[in-house]
Formats: sequence, C-alpha cells, structure tokens
Amino acid sequence: MAAKLKKLGRPSGGRHEFDFSGVTAMDTAGAWIIRRFMNGIGGEAGAEVYFASGGQRYVELVQALPEKLRPPERDTKRPPLFQRLFAPIGELTVSIWTDTVAAMFILGSAVRGAQLKLGRHAGVSPAAIVHQIDRMGVMAVPIITLMSFLIGAIIAQQGAFQLRSFGAEIFVVDLVGILQLREIGVLLTAIMIAGRSGSAITAEIGSMKMREEVDALKVMGLSPVGVLVFPRLVALTIALPLLTIIANFAALFGAALVAWSYSGITIPTFLSRLQEAVDFSSVAAGMIKAPFMALIIGVVAAVEGLKVGGSAESLGRRVTSSVVKSIFVVILIDGLFAMFYAAIDF
Amino acid sequence: MVQAVMEKQQDNAAERREAVLSVRDLTVGFGDNIVLDKLNLDVLRGEILGFVGASGTGKSVLMRTVLRLLPKRSGTIEILGAEYDKMSDVDRMALDMRLGVLFQHGALFSALTVRENIQVPMREYLDLPQDLMDELARLKVELVGLAPEAADKYPSELSGGMIKRAALARALALDPDLVFLDEPTSGLDPIGAAEFDELIAKLRDTLGLTVYMVTHDLDSLFSVCDRIAVLGKKRVLVSGTIEDMLACEEPWVKSYFRGKRARSIVREHG
Repeated sequence: MAAKLKKLGRPSGGRHEFDFSGVTAMDTAGAWIIRRFMNGIGGEAGAEVYFASGGQRYVELVQALPEKLRPPERDTKRPPLFQRLFAPIGELTVSIWTDTVAAMFILGSAVRGAQLKLGRHAGVSPAAIVHQIDRMGVMAVPIITLMSFLIGAIIAQQGAFQLRSFGAEIFVVDLVGILQLREIGVLLTAIMIAGRSGSAITAEIGSMKMREEVDALKVMGLSPVGVLVFPRLVALTIALPLLTIIANFAALFGAALVAWSYSGITIPTFLSRLQEAVDFSSVAAGMIKAPFMALIIGVVAAVEGLKVGGSAESLGRRVTSSVVKSIFVVILIDGLFAMFYAAIDF
Repeated sequence: MVQAVMEKQQDNAAERREAVLSVRDLTVGFGDNIVLDKLNLDVLRGEILGFVGASGTGKSVLMRTVLRLLPKRSGTIEILGAEYDKMSDVDRMALDMRLGVLFQHGALFSALTVRENIQVPMREYLDLPQDLMDELARLKVELVGLAPEAADKYPSELSGGMIKRAALARALALDPDLVFLDEPTSGLDPIGAAEFDELIAKLRDTLGLTVYMVTHDLDSLFSVCDRIAVLGKKRVLVSGTIEDMLACEEPWVKSYFRGKRARSIVREHG
C-alpha cells in the first residue's frame, strides 16, 4: 500500500477522499502509512482530506494516531574533537584512582568491620570461613594438582632437551626446583585462583547487589564488606598458600617422573640433587608472595562485584574485568617481589 | 521536637503526636540533577503513611536517602528522636535495630532459607539460643500469614506474594518501631493485595508499628493509610488524610485521587 500511495504522487490542491468501506483489517502500520500520506498532501496549499463514510473504526484508528512523531530530546551538540580524544583518557585515569580508593576502603573495612563485630558478640562466623575455604581451596585441589603436574613435567622435558646439548642434563633438577618454588608455583596457582574464585566472588557479590540484598544488609546495620567480603578474603589468604604447597609438590613430582623417563635421572638422584639446589630461602621466597596475591585477588573481585549495576550485562562485564585485573595485578606483584628480592639478595 | 517546624498542611490532631521520622530541608542530587530540593516530611508514631508520586519524582530516592543508602547534599534526618549524623557507631547500630525494611522485590538472601533469613538480624544483634530463634522465626512466619512449611524453603521456591510476606517477616524480626515498605502490594493480585493491607493494619494495631509505605495502590491508600504524602516538584506537595487529598486542588493530586480509577474506589469505600 505504501508503494501504491507513493505512486499516486503528490496531487496538488483539491479534495481527497479515503474510502475504508472495502477494508477488512488494518493494523497500526497501515494506519500510520495513511496518516503519513495525509500529512504529506495536507501540507500543500488548498489540499483537503476527507474520509468517506463506512469503515468507521478504521477512520477512528487513523485519527487516533499523532500527526507527527516527536523527535526524542537529546543533546545534539557533539563535543569538539579535542574533548572526544582526551575525555576517555581522563575517565580512565579517574577510574584507576577510584578503583584504588575502593580497594583501600574494602581492605580497611574488612579489618575494621571484623573488629566491630567482635566488639558486639561472637565475632566473625568461622562457619562461613570454613565453607569458603572448602569451596575455594579444597575443591580447587584436583585442577591445581593436575595443572602443576603438567607444568613441572613440561619444564623438565624442555629443560632437559636444551641442557642435553651441553651435557648438563642433571641441572634440570636445579632449573625446575628453583623456577617452580620461587616463581611458577605461586604465580600459576594465583592466576588459576583468580580465574576460578575471583570470578565467583565477583559474580556472587554482584548478583546480590543486583537483587538489593546488599542494601538489605546495610539497612540491617551489617557491613556488606564485613559479612560478604571478609570471610572470602580470609579464606583466600589461607587457601592460596596451601594450594601453592600442593602445586609445588605436584610439579616436582611431574618433573621427577620426566627426568627419570626422559633423561634417566633416577628418583633418588633427583631428590639428592634437589636438596643441594634448593634451600629454605627458595621455598620461602615463593610462599611469602602467596598471601599477598590472595588478598589482591579477593579485593579486586570484591571491588568489581560491588560496582555491578542493575543489568545482567554489567554483571558480565564486571566478572570479566575482575579476572583480567586480578591476573594483571598478580603478575605485577610478582614482578615487584622479584625486584625486591634482587635488591635484598634473597 | 514536635514544635514549630511542623508543616501547616498537617491537621491539628497530628501535631500532638510524636514524630518518629522527621526530615528537614533535605536536598539530594546526582551530578547536575537535583532530585529532591529542601524537602520536609514527618512520620508520626503509630500511623501508616502512604507515600505517592508520579514515576521518577524520587520516592525511592527519598526512602533510600532516609535509610542512608544514598548520600544527601544537605538537610537533616531525625529518626526516632536522634540525628544520624551526630551519633556514635554503637548508637547507630542500636538505631538500625529499630528499623525494618521491605524492599520492592523482597531482597531475601537467596543463599538462605526463609527461617535463616528471618534469623539474620536476630543472630547479628541478639544473643539468643538457637531453639528460641527457631521458634521466634516460626512465630514471625505465622504472623505474616505464611504456611509453616514455607519456613524451610529457599526464596527461589516461593511465589511473589510469599516472598513479600517472607520479606515482611524478616523486616519484623526484631520488632522494629518504624517499618519502611517499598510498594508492598505491587505485583500481587487484588485479593492478595487486600490481604496484605489488612495484615499491615493488623500488625500496626498489635505491635504498635509506624509504617512508611511507598505505594501506587489506590486501594491501599484508601483502606489502610492514615495519612498520605504526595511527592512532586522535588518536595512534598501535600500531606494529610484522604479527605484532604480529595479536596486538594493541585493538578497532579487532583487527577490522581479524582481520576476514573480513584472515583470507583471512593464510591466503594463510601
């Protein structure tokens, strides 16, 4: 019909009549096309549009439509190029700053919130912490073990392959031992936990935020940080070092197996060589980092979780940025520790 | 605190009663957008105050500001005779104990059963033995008209009306003095809504509650609210009894209370 009316073109002036008596059905789309046509010829000088009698309810439908669609009000002014170029950079800078402040706030109120509760009565519920340790620690054991076992085996095989040309295959034990205990063990475990538990923390807190549960906690006089974040932070700080120990054992076991089957280094030789290569400081250097990484994963996840707005999309975005940010910060912290250890000759 | 500041519109009888919540010159805004401007409001002890206003006038903002979920720009909020800004942390907690809130969508903790939800505030503020808490929780469940089996269900297993009742039970867990209800009857069928209204009126009479109710339900306004406040133009336009509302000449109030739907309800309530 739209095409037919268009073909009619724009008759200038005069009297026009619509006859709806033959119409059996019309929806708002059809009515709007007629309305639009009427507006088109109505603008011409001396043009008048009439409806023939018959099909009265369609006439009513056409007349009920607005003559013109109001354009939505919006700022039509485009900001100048300069502003469009630099506004995102400024926003990013501000958001990094507000994130830092929020992280400090969470860290601070996790400590203070716990004290407040202690002042009142029983204190932090140990049940919640144990539950979280179970979920974030115990349930992560299989995947952490498997991953570390493979990593240890791969490093040993690659190391042995390269060292073979120097005839120094036995040093693969030093390589795996020091690398795993000082760096790889804690780093990969932290990254795994950031992906596994950090995302879970963000999603849990975020969906509670969406459903006003966080507000409900606040009006009950409970600090959301104290109730939701604190047990998870404590659980993470306990679970991550323990998982790191498991990861280290698994990796060394994997390395020992590969060294034995690939390079013919027997298990007793591996162990005695390992004892010479690795001292307590290597183990400590890795383990000291674990609680710091756990804290930062927990805090970043909580900050992102509390930033969730009302939409499902914002939940997804926050979970993503929680994982990305915490992995980034974990690697950053690992670098800082490396510099620190180098500076103090540890 | 009842003295001079009372608004003129309030009837004389109300002035003799104590204000449980009084808001003075409250200004709230986000960025350049001022939502509430120098707003004044009183809620008197033992009354059910119905709060109405067009969508987007800031009813929820006001409630959330009073509950301190949103920051205010200026003004004072006095709850139960104490000004929140000037209190110590311990006093604040004591005050929080005396408030109950029913959020629009219930906001029950989804990881806990109804019984555990009701026990959250008890556990936090009181030192009660578990068996007593269980009995109290069952009592509250009974009080809001839920079946006893509902106590051990999770919020996801409940219907919309049951969630509202369970959330009310949680709001009443510590026998608060002042209860905030955010659209308690929205999404309920007319019979369920009427039952809920009766329930609120009954609880007010038996427990001596003061109720601050944000609602769009004309039936609730006519049947249970003692006083009504209308929000518009960034402040309280009028407040008073339903008769005052019907007599008011403010265009929005007029169209709200004397529109097609309201007229039929007026006829019903005689």
